Amino acid sequence: MSTEQQQTRPVLEIDELSISYGGRPTVSNVNLTIQPGEIVGIIGESGSGKSTLAHSILGLLPSSAAVSGKALSLAGRNFLGADGPAFRSVRGPGAAMVFQNPMTTFSPLHRLGDQLTDLLWRETSLSKEEKRQRIVAVFKQVGLSNAAERLSNYPFELSGGMLQRVAIAAALMMRPSLLIADEPTTALDVTMEAQILHLIRELRAEAGVAVLMISHHLGVIAEICDRVVVMYAGRVVEQGPVEDIFANPTHPYTRALFACEPALIAPGVDRMPVIDHEALRRHADGRKTA
Amino acid sequence: MTKRTPILEAHGLGITVGTGGGVFSAGRKLDIVVDVSLSLRPGKIVCVVGESGSGKTTLGMALVGLTPPTTGEIIFDGTPLRDFSKTSFRPVREETALLFQDPASSFNPRQRIGDILAEPRRIAGNGATTSEAIASLAQLAGLPSSLLARFPHALSGGQARRAAVARALAVVPRLIVADEPTAGLDVSVQGGVMNLFLDIREKHDTAFLIITHNLAVARHISDELVIMYLGRVVESGPTAEIFRNPQHPYTKALLDSEPVPDPRHRRSEPPVIGEVPSIFARPSGCEFHERCRFAQDLCRSQAPQETAGANSQRVRCHFPIGEAVGEPALAIA
Ligand SMILES: Nc1ncnc2c1ncn2[C@@H]1O[C@H](COP(=O)(O)OP(=O)(O)O)[C@@H](O)[C@H]1O
Ligand SMILES: Nc1ncnc2c1ncn2[C@@H]1O[C@H](COP(=O)(O)OP(=O)(O)O)[C@@H](O)[C@H]1O
Ligand code: SF4
Ligand SMILES: [Mg+2]
Ligand SMILES: [Mg+2]
Repeated sequence: MSTEQQQTRPVLEIDELSISYGGRPTVSNVNLTIQPGEIVGIIGESGSGKSTLAHSILGLLPSSAAVSGKALSLAGRNFLGADGPAFRSVRGPGAAMVFQNPMTTFSPLHRLGDQLTDLLWRETSLSKEEKRQRIVAVFKQVGLSNAAERLSNYPFELSGGMLQRVAIAAALMMRPSLLIADEPTTALDVTMEAQILHLIRELRAEAGVAVLMISHHLGVIAEICDRVVVMYAGRVVEQGPVEDIFANPTHPYTRALFACEPALIAPGVDRMPVIDHEALRRHADGRKTA
Repeated sequence: MTKRTPILEAHGLGITVGTGGGVFSAGRKLDIVVDVSLSLRPGKIVCVVGESGSGKTTLGMALVGLTPPTTGEIIFDGTPLRDFSKTSFRPVREETALLFQDPASSFNPRQRIGDILAEPRRIAGNGATTSEAIASLAQLAGLPSSLLARFPHALSGGQARRAAVARALAVVPRLIVADEPTAGLDVSVQGGVMNLFLDIREKHDTAFLIITHNLAVARHISDELVIMYLGRVVESGPTAEIFRNPQHPYTKALLDSEPVPDPRHRRSEPPVIGEVPSIFARPSGCEFHERCRFAQDLCRSQAPQETAGANSQRVRCHFPIGEAVGEPALAIA
């Protein structure tokens, strides 16, 4: 296969994916495609199925989850229905994930250097020293100075912002074509959030990595995404280029979400708007029967 | 304009803790909160903002005596506390409701929500505890009475938050101290909690101290803003003024860091880099100088004092930004 073909093939293709827990639908009929180097955001309130969808891409769902659909492909290989080991072979080269809470990403008991080296277990051709060099290189890439010292640190010795950088480094070290970031800045201060968002944008520009950015914060989506997918109650209710959706949200849920965003409300209103979930449900039911 | 007597005032409040003392080391004194002054008036909402580690929680605890202050003065209802003993803080505690971060974790997991709400009234021997009375208390916080028979773990995050607010209101307080009351909530639920605070204020003329890292929330809900950095107040004043025209470079950096929900207004660079230095190694001079893009030699050697800036803001900076938004006042070297 020529490099050109590899470049134009989507890094992720999800076709009519549904996931349920004990018969309760959690993700319904989702379609999502991500092209190389693209930053795609998923926005939606808690419980809308964002993390479940992200976990399904990496085969991280618990065994109680029932997954069905037409395709779930990473770099052109369909993994829908694949068992654990087949999925694990994709993790790393295909996709790697950064989680919300950097404090629970790593084991508190081991030095960061040892934990990152362990993650490279599949790279059997690399010597210990070569692994160390790869880790030092990604640390530089994510703006962690003094890599040698960081490698000997235990997680508790680093701040949340620093640890999230280490988590991003750990993901990049696997050289993924897709980086999945599930609320990576939610546990951080705004000042660190701005720095991490900037870093993700730089990594896309420099390493060409595609990013699936999950957030419940419209500001984060607007800041770095090319396209945005709006989820509500397990469904994608709207998706499109971020400029279009922000300029002209059409689905009632998207509109409600924008209406509640405090940063879009002029100061001085005496009450904040809230989402009328009842009305949205009636709207959805009306559509189903229509 | 006459200002009403504050319910609670702090002057030059300092909190120092001893730490790390062992067999071979003498231990160190750590200044967590340094020289903080503020006043909380009936019907006014004051928000404290700043990065984590800036001493916000410790300050909130100190104001109600949960972490005794080391220096300074606290005036309650016009009368200075004699000392910082538990007894001296008792009147403060009786009139104050506390809302902690992650309120559900402060609930007894084996107690039903209804009992949790009734408990403060039972303890105070004040207020009705009939199921109708508790239901109307819950309703005040927007909590459906159908949830009162549930145990804490069976509530969603937003519901737990409402339950915590309802408990705080069980004995109507004159002051509410809330630590990150909207953290982790969806925007729509966040709005509900803010509305609740506004309702309480309207009905009871309650004073609020709200600690939050959510600048959008602070902007909408507060009358005054207190910005903390490494335990000190670096800027304070009317919220609208500070948002319109921040005077301290740190305030400006903080406000600029909040991502704008408009893809046409992306930032090319993060407004401030790095993070709050450790309190074990406070920088010399102005403690923000390592991260401040306006820092001059003076900043590295000499700590700025608090001064009255433009528009009734108070600022702790040698070179406050001034009226020209985005430009530092020219330093005269
Ligand atoms: N392991 C699980 N078993 C049962 N239900 C689950 C499980 N994980 C998530 N859920 C449910 O699926 C829904 C979607 O959750 P999640 O994907 O975490 O949403 P989000 O990330 O958008 O907040 C929620 O109602 C949640 O309670
Ligand atoms: N009892 C204590 N002993 C030692 N350090 C403390 C103690 N209490 C708080 N600190 C430290 O004081 C600083 C301020 O903490 P905190 O008040 O929780 O800040 P914030 O709420 O703004 O994040 C932190 O660096 C914290 O680790
Ligand atoms: S005193 Fe100097 S270093 Fe500190 S905030 Fe002001 S300009 Fe910046
Ligand atoms: Mg999630
Ligand atoms: Mg705190």
